[in-house]
Amino acid sequence: MTTIRLLGVFFRVGVMSELAYRVNFLVRLFQSLLQLGTALAGLAVVFSYTDTLGGWRPDEVIALVGVYSLVGGVIRLIVQPSMERLIESIHDGTLDFTLTKPEDAQLLVSVQGVEIWEVFDIVLGFGVLTVALSRMGESVGAWQAGAFAVMLLAGGAIVYSFWLILATTSFWFVRVENVLMIFQSMYEAGRWPISLYPGWLRFGLTFLVPVAFATTVPAEALTGRLNGQTLLGALALAAALLVASRLFWRVAIRHYSGASA
Amino acid sequence: MNGLVDVYVQQFKTTLALQVQYRAALVIWVIGHVLEPLIYLVIWSVVSTSTGGSVGGFTTGGFAAYFILLMLVNHVTYTWIMYEYEYRVRHGALSFALLRPVHPIHSDIADNVSSKLITMPGMLLTAVGLALLFKPTFHLVPWAVVATLPALMLAFLLRFLVEWTLALAAFWTTRVSAINQMYFVAVLFLSGQVAPLSLLPHTIQVAATILPFYWTIGFPVELLLGRLTPTQAWTGLVAQAVWLTLSLVLVRIVWRAGVRVYSAVGA
Repeated sequence: MTTIRLLGVFFRVGVMSELAYRVNFLVRLFQSLLQLGTALAGLAVVFSYTDTLGGWRPDEVIALVGVYSLVGGVIRLIVQPSMERLIESIHDGTLDFTLTKPEDAQLLVSVQGVEIWEVFDIVLGFGVLTVALSRMGESVGAWQAGAFAVMLLAGGAIVYSFWLILATTSFWFVRVENVLMIFQSMYEAGRWPISLYPGWLRFGLTFLVPVAFATTVPAEALTGRLNGQTLLGALALAAALLVASRLFWRVAIRHYSGASA
Repeated sequence: MNGLVDVYVQQFKTTLALQVQYRAALVIWVIGHVLEPLIYLVIWSVVSTSTGGSVGGFTTGGFAAYFILLMLVNHVTYTWIMYEYEYRVRHGALSFALLRPVHPIHSDIADNVSSKLITMPGMLLTAVGLALLFKPTFHLVPWAVVATLPALMLAFLLRFLVEWTLALAAFWTTRVSAINQMYFVAVLFLSGQVAPLSLLPHTIQVAATILPFYWTIGFPVELLLGRLTPTQAWTGLVAQAVWLTLSLVLVRIVWRAGVRVYSAVGA
């Protein structure tokens, strides 16, 4: 409950600070549309030469683009800005103020930044996903939809924990934001089914940088490609990373002596 | 003239010192520059394998050669000046550059070239690594390899001028990111980054031969691959020269107009 209430508060702050720049609304909407249009045009070029890409039909890859935009939007809406602020506040010492607040500190730092216009990517991603699904017809049953939702949550949890663990290391290291930027540039690879890539790259995109869990795995669930093994594996990994990031955060806070001490 | 050489030498030294400090930032750029061609290389390899080994005149090995060279050519010609200029104009840092007796474009060129000298060994190693993994097939033609040298130089200068002019948009608007994004979309489809130009729809091919983007990336790549006839090579070099002349004129006009509207922050 507190989580939702706090999220609401930070959302309101995000909206209010952006409403001062109203033209941004149109500019950012335009940019989101352009990005999506580019992705779809790229697909059109590729699929003008083939009917399936590594076993994926056009509509299924379009659904993947929808998931890519949706998940990317959520990451850039809240995870990335919050973690960037966390790193900044560790560097300049303002984290001390957050720690004195009566709410859970991990919760506070995880929702403290909201980039409100990323909502466009989420909405557009959802739209593309819906169109792709309706074109795929009756192949999506309740089971696939349920698995999709669960895998989306698991992917979100994995990506969030990954970012939190890396951001937490900035209690000891200075240039952590660079590592996080690597995630952003690697995320682009998630626009295509990870199964297309050669083994070493697939491994990197699954375990070094969890791009696969954020985009391909939910899309696989939706298109009925997911086996039980991957599903359970993703769930286990999500749970393990959530616990690990929490523990790591606690250890870091315990060793933190404050900026002014 | 001597003074200009000194400017370049000094800027080389400064940039070298700076870049060595910010190694991590360099690694990020390199990852970005490797990943995109790598993705399209993988996609087109998959398409080519599934359709019997070749698509539109490119074999699987041909795609590998195309995208590995594209990665290198793109790295040689790319700039990051549009991000710099937004900062310079917004924070007023440009005021200092304006006080200097030489045109600020010179220090930008020197900065660009020297930072590439540092990243080039890494890119070449990456290219060798990718070549071992994807087994590209090269049919090098001696005259075409020789002709690639001037083509690459012209491509660098042309792209630099085009993007430097684009960066000057920061004088008039603070929303340059939308403009940059439109530019990058144009480059993606018209320069041969998404696929070799011959695989794209006819209208895009026509647009690409008229506009400058293809001449800055796709043309040197296809020339080096030996896919062009001597006539096509000459046409390309002439097109590069024409666009270079046009952009030299354009950059002067835009720069003058831009400096006139620039009111230094804090002045």
